[in-house]
Amino acid sequence: MKILVAVKRVIDYNVQIRVKEDGSGVITDNVKMSTNPPDDNAIEEAVKIKEAGKASEVIAVTVGEEKAQETVRKALAVGADRGILVKVDGVIEPLAVSKILQKIVDKEKPDLVFMGKQAIDDDCNQTGQMLAALLNWPQATFASKIEVKEKSLEVTREIDEGLETIEVKMPSIVTCDLRLNEPRYASLPNIMKAKKKPIEQINATDLGVDTKPRIEQIKVEEPPKRKAGIKVASVEELVQKLKNEAKVI
Amino acid sequence: MSVLLIAEHNNKEVKPFTLNAISAASQINEEVHVVVIGSGSDEVAKSISQVPNVKKVIHVNNSIYENYLAENYTSVVVKLSSNYSHIVCSANTFGKNLMPRIAALLDVSQVSDITKVISDDTYLRPIYAGNAFATVKSTDKIKCVTIRPTSFDPAPTTGGSAEIQNVEAEKATEISKFLKKEEIKSDRPELGTARVVVSGGRGMQSGENFKLITAVADKLNAAIGASRAAVDAGYITNDHQVGQTGKVVVPDLYIAVGISGAIQHLAGMKESKVIVAINKDGEAPIFSVADYGLEADLFDALPKFLEELNKLNTIQK
Repeated sequence: MKILVAVKRVIDYNVQIRVKEDGSGVITDNVKMSTNPPDDNAIEEAVKIKEAGKASEVIAVTVGEEKAQETVRKALAVGADRGILVKVDGVIEPLAVSKILQKIVDKEKPDLVFMGKQAIDDDCNQTGQMLAALLNWPQATFASKIEVKEKSLEVTREIDEGLETIEVKMPSIVTCDLRLNEPRYASLPNIMKAKKKPIEQINATDLGVDTKPRIEQIKVEEPPKRKAGIKVASVEELVQKLKNEAKVI
Repeated sequence: MSVLLIAEHNNKEVKPFTLNAISAASQINEEVHVVVIGSGSDEVAKSISQVPNVKKVIHVNNSIYENYLAENYTSVVVKLSSNYSHIVCSANTFGKNLMPRIAALLDVSQVSDITKVISDDTYLRPIYAGNAFATVKSTDKIKCVTIRPTSFDPAPTTGGSAEIQNVEAEKATEISKFLKKEEIKSDRPELGTARVVVSGGRGMQSGENFKLITAVADKLNAAIGASRAAVDAGYITNDHQVGQTGKVVVPDLYIAVGISGAIQHLAGMKESKVIVAINKDGEAPIFSVADYGLEADLFDALPKFLEELNKLNTIQK
């Protein structure tokens, strides 16, 4: 069984986001970049399934600029066998990413495709579901537990009301939630070994996918600032303020 | 031009966020049609037909829709889509799961989680966990849009009398099957719509200690929230998580207890009207968004807080 894992390079989750003065986007120059956090869970889960003897190969794929290769390299350092970088410059929407991934799936014929449930940059939460639609595969989104059966998966999903369990036939798409597992750190020897693992480079244009954005970004602004608050000295003062000043209790 | 809104329900009642999404839909265009896909869901269709903003209800009633599966809903909505300029639903786990599957089949680039309708094709949406807001214009022929429910008021539920049209079911999916749902039942207000939310973080130190939060929440008729750290540590279940990948809440009063205030948590609560932070670390980032900060050990402060609340003659419900 082959597992394809899609990963995305995003601004590190600890970085304070700054909006460009001209309103054209957020500042990415000289900003720390990392793997999208739930994509780390997706890689971890695939590697664990392989370690349990239920998968033969884990392939990490990313779609992005040349530097996105770092994200694939990191996946290789924690146990993916080989990588694919689909090169594309500029803004690429989830619909175009899912069309590119569809081409990769056609070529690699994986049994499962894993990815994070949402990228923390554009917060779209679309790519996995879109890929599932294009392939006419079932989707198990927001997965917090995956049980591999013979020809299907039993997936526990985190939903607003609590938890839901569904069974999806393979091949299938799973989008991973942060509680699926605890992603491991890459050891130094494994980082060195990962440098020798192959990363295939493909140009998105060679795949015949139209990646032109359909959504026009008119402007990007900072969120409205909150008025600075005060510190209260005691619980009594807090309750008094909530009652008489804020009038919320 | 008309808008097709996909209702979320449990075959008996419509889920409250559907009403917020109906409000947003009618800001896009007044001709709002709602599709109810369910099993034995007549009451749901009927109640939605009474929402004055709704012009027509399309009811697809079949036992194959007893449990919600994105695969089954998608084939119904795609079939109906040719009559519509917009397809809309709420951006909660229901709509987030569903809409992209529909959009991809229609070859549409979806606009997720909008907080404002600027015009019928232009919307405001948060990006980077709400640390920036993008104004975006969809150029697709059909627009697939999900709505951040807490950014729109719920539509009124009485006074309307829309026509209910029954439509045949599509073929049931064979690739996906619902097995079970573990729903956490509670008498408290729902986290997403509560007037007051009391949330605990890693500082609570254990699930047992959440009883301090519960006592205050009982007194204030509040919902209970949590940071991701508290959920990851197993102190409380995932349905309580507030944040970028959890729930977004906008209560009148949000009380953050033992929560440091990571960017990802702030994304889920910083639009609250009044924010209180109780934390023993005076440098915790949560204080930067708090209207009232109390630097104190929560294990002293929470019992005292309850005591003070008990002294009040009246408490808003």
